[in-house]
Amino acid sequence: MRDGKGPLMLENIGAVILGLALGFLYRLYLLRIDYRQYPSYPHGYIAHLSLGFIAALLGAVALPALLAKEYAAVTFLSLAAQQFREIRNMERKTLEQLDMSELVPRGPDYIEGIARVFEGRNYLVMLVALATSSLATFIPLGWSAVGGIIVAVVLSRLKKGKTLGDIAIVRLGRVHFRGALLFVDDILIMNVGLKDAKKMITELGIGVVIEPKTDDARATLANMGQRQAINHEVATLLGARKDFAEPEFTPLCRLNTETGRAALFILPVEPDPELAVLAVRKVPVLESAIRRPLDTIIGRKASD
Amino acid sequence: MQGEILHNIIAIVTTNPKSVGGGGAPIFYAANEAEREKIALYLSRILNAMVHDLENGTYFLTHH
Repeated sequence: MRDGKGPLMLENIGAVILGLALGFLYRLYLLRIDYRQYPSYPHGYIAHLSLGFIAALLGAVALPALLAKEYAAVTFLSLAAQQFREIRNMERKTLEQLDMSELVPRGPDYIEGIARVFEGRNYLVMLVALATSSLATFIPLGWSAVGGIIVAVVLSRLKKGKTLGDIAIVRLGRVHFRGALLFVDDILIMNVGLKDAKKMITELGIGVVIEPKTDDARATLANMGQRQAINHEVATLLGARKDFAEPEFTPLCRLNTETGRAALFILPVEPDPELAVLAVRKVPVLESAIRRPLDTIIGRKASD
Repeated sequence: MQGEILHNIIAIVTTNPKSVGGGGAPIFYAANEAEREKIALYLSRILNAMVHDLENGTYFLTHH
């Protein structure tokens, strides 16, 4: 409320509310399709929803505020960006702490990727809210709602990353021992000493071979963080038959540097080989692991 | 496992005393293969260490 002006930007209140609503709904939707099994508890939801609400409000207010010549309000946007950067730190710290008590840790690369996603989502929400309220300033509310939904759908498409199934051929491999050395097909996994462990591994172990389709994919698979993410994802989806102080049963993903093929070895709770292959295909390609040597001249020459 | 020295051999279990000697790790001599398995298993579970087989009668334990 201000002297002489009446309620702030009353003429555009519909636009602001619509932008806010769509932005918030988009945040809710993004929370729903999370494949990372995180956050999985009500308080994690609340933290992200309330921040999403703030992001949506900021995005929705931006253009109406500008039109109402409320420049101070617009500068708050930049302040907000600062705040949302904090989300990345918050997520990173939480996940790093949790990782210490994971039997199969996510690894720093995967954590960094998740933290970045959570930061990015707030900007997406802000964009959707901004687009919707901007549209609503000029065209009827109904149509701008449709426009906002289209923007949300397009953004969802754009932000969708690749999965391992896109960049590599994933198939089942044969788990076997040569002496003390455990192999999946021709890929060395580790040296196992204990006879009981060997017996269990041959009986229940599953090996999945991941064959990169291109040299770019080969470089991505060589990334340790990417392979740790594979271990974690498959162990999360199928369960790992492992307790503390049972290092032999840790899922491992190792590389054959000659062929560029990687192999995952896991002792799953659910011993279904087909499911293991599907789970590996679904593993996201980490943003930090994406390498594109083929986009450079030297990389292309090196590949032939 | 922060602050721990990794990739050190933390114990050796052997039925073949001729194959090992010296060094900083304790050596456990086993009378036969069954005893070697048992000692290695106990040490592994207590120390959270991985048992590796050098295939000459000697096992050793290390952290990963």
